[in-house]
Amino acid sequence: MRVLPSGSNALLIELDDLDQVLAMYTAVREECLSGVIDIVPAARTVLLVIDTAATDLGEVARAVLQLRPRPERRATGQLVEIPVTYDGEDLDEVGSLLGCDADEVVRRHAGETWTVAFCGFAPGFGYLSGASGGWDVPRQSSPRTTVPPGSVALAGEFSGIYPRSSPGGWQLIGHTELDVFDLQRDPPALLRPGTPVHFVEVGRA
Amino acid sequence: MTAAVASLTVLETGPLTTVQDAGRFGQGALGIGRSGACDRAAYRLANRMVGNVDGAAVLEVTFGGLVLRADADVVLVTTGARSAGMPHNAPLTLAAGEQLVLRPPVTGARTYLAVRGGIDVPEVLGSRSTDLLAGLGPDVIAAGDRLPVGRSFGPMPGVDVAAVREPEAGEVVVQVQPGPRREWFTDDSWEMLLNQPYSVTAQSNRVGLRLDGVPLERVNTGELSSEGMVRGALQIPLSGTPVLFLADHPITGGYPVIGYVVDDDVDRCGQLRTGQTLRFTTRRLNH
Repeated sequence: MRVLPSGSNALLIELDDLDQVLAMYTAVREECLSGVIDIVPAARTVLLVIDTAATDLGEVARAVLQLRPRPERRATGQLVEIPVTYDGEDLDEVGSLLGCDADEVVRRHAGETWTVAFCGFAPGFGYLSGASGGWDVPRQSSPRTTVPPGSVALAGEFSGIYPRSSPGGWQLIGHTELDVFDLQRDPPALLRPGTPVHFVEVGRA
Repeated sequence: MTAAVASLTVLETGPLTTVQDAGRFGQGALGIGRSGACDRAAYRLANRMVGNVDGAAVLEVTFGGLVLRADADVVLVTTGARSAGMPHNAPLTLAAGEQLVLRPPVTGARTYLAVRGGIDVPEVLGSRSTDLLAGLGPDVIAAGDRLPVGRSFGPMPGVDVAAVREPEAGEVVVQVQPGPRREWFTDDSWEMLLNQPYSVTAQSNRVGLRLDGVPLERVNTGELSSEGMVRGALQIPLSGTPVLFLADHPITGGYPVIGYVVDDDVDRCGQLRTGQTLRFTTRRLNH
């Protein structure tokens, strides 16, 4: 683990893998480190934004080095089930990238236990990591200008659901009618770091 | 939202006017950024000058062009980029039916207009800021909008004019510190960052300033996993020329951050216009 300054009021904690990120994220949250006003977990890092009027970077860095990560707390919160119609345009291509057919992609995707590793890209967009691994899907060589909302997609080691229409380079394997980010709901984001997720097949192309 | 006691009617808007406050806090883990005023010092000053509570919402007016009509007597102030021909950094009263015209500023890019009581549009996720990248918060201000004015304020500060520095014309120098991915770049690149003038391009906006200059070279050409970003980050995409993140920056980014502009200096970057020159130094600057 390395702790790097990121500007005048943030620290970047660098870790080896996603499990360590989730364990650190949970530890920082549960310890409520004083002066930390925002936490941004990502694939290999946890960014801490600090109120420098309340404390200084060195103080928080020392507290971080003394934290005990919580590896047993990888998944936290209620399981979210996401109904999916597997009709994505890239389903066959994903199959050939993973060395199997479309049926097998669907079977594995719906059979996998996913965990929200972190959020980003857009409000409510969760990067879901699969427990069994083996997901390594290159992005589209050139991103689509428009990906419809609700698209269920794969890229790298992650699966994700587009909360709203946007450009995107992920491989599309299906869609869901479930709104993953709804300002009328409290909280609006269905997926938060640590949330366990299952995809449930409700239809095919 | 409290019952509005007054309102402002928007008759015309310039290139971009949005509602901004101190931003959304503590929601980065949900993919929700802070947003808020680009020039935080000017924003805070505006609220202080009219006795508003900290965090009250104001208008951020980019390159003037805003025309408003008061629907009741209101007290307001402009800070940041000065609009010619009217009091600036000084509270004024606009009587019911009177109009206010913000001309394009002589220097700087963003004028902050605070009204006593604050712009009282509904909060979205704890803030009235418009986040243009995330598509959150109030809509961009349009002609015909009627903006409610709140009734939450303290005493007037009893200051007629605030003597503060105005946004700079010409070359601007800001302080940088090495970023978390400084080691991804050659020492020559770091020196080049410090020794060349960068020009602010027209592709700049509330998300960030896109800077033009001699491209920097990387030592490490591997791919970086996306990591959390903060305002002030100098991210170096494959082109080799920096993007300086402002208020609506993405929460995470996949290009290495060579350095950070120190937080107070980012306010000054938020006032830069297309074609202005920006230089970076590691020296501490006295303003």
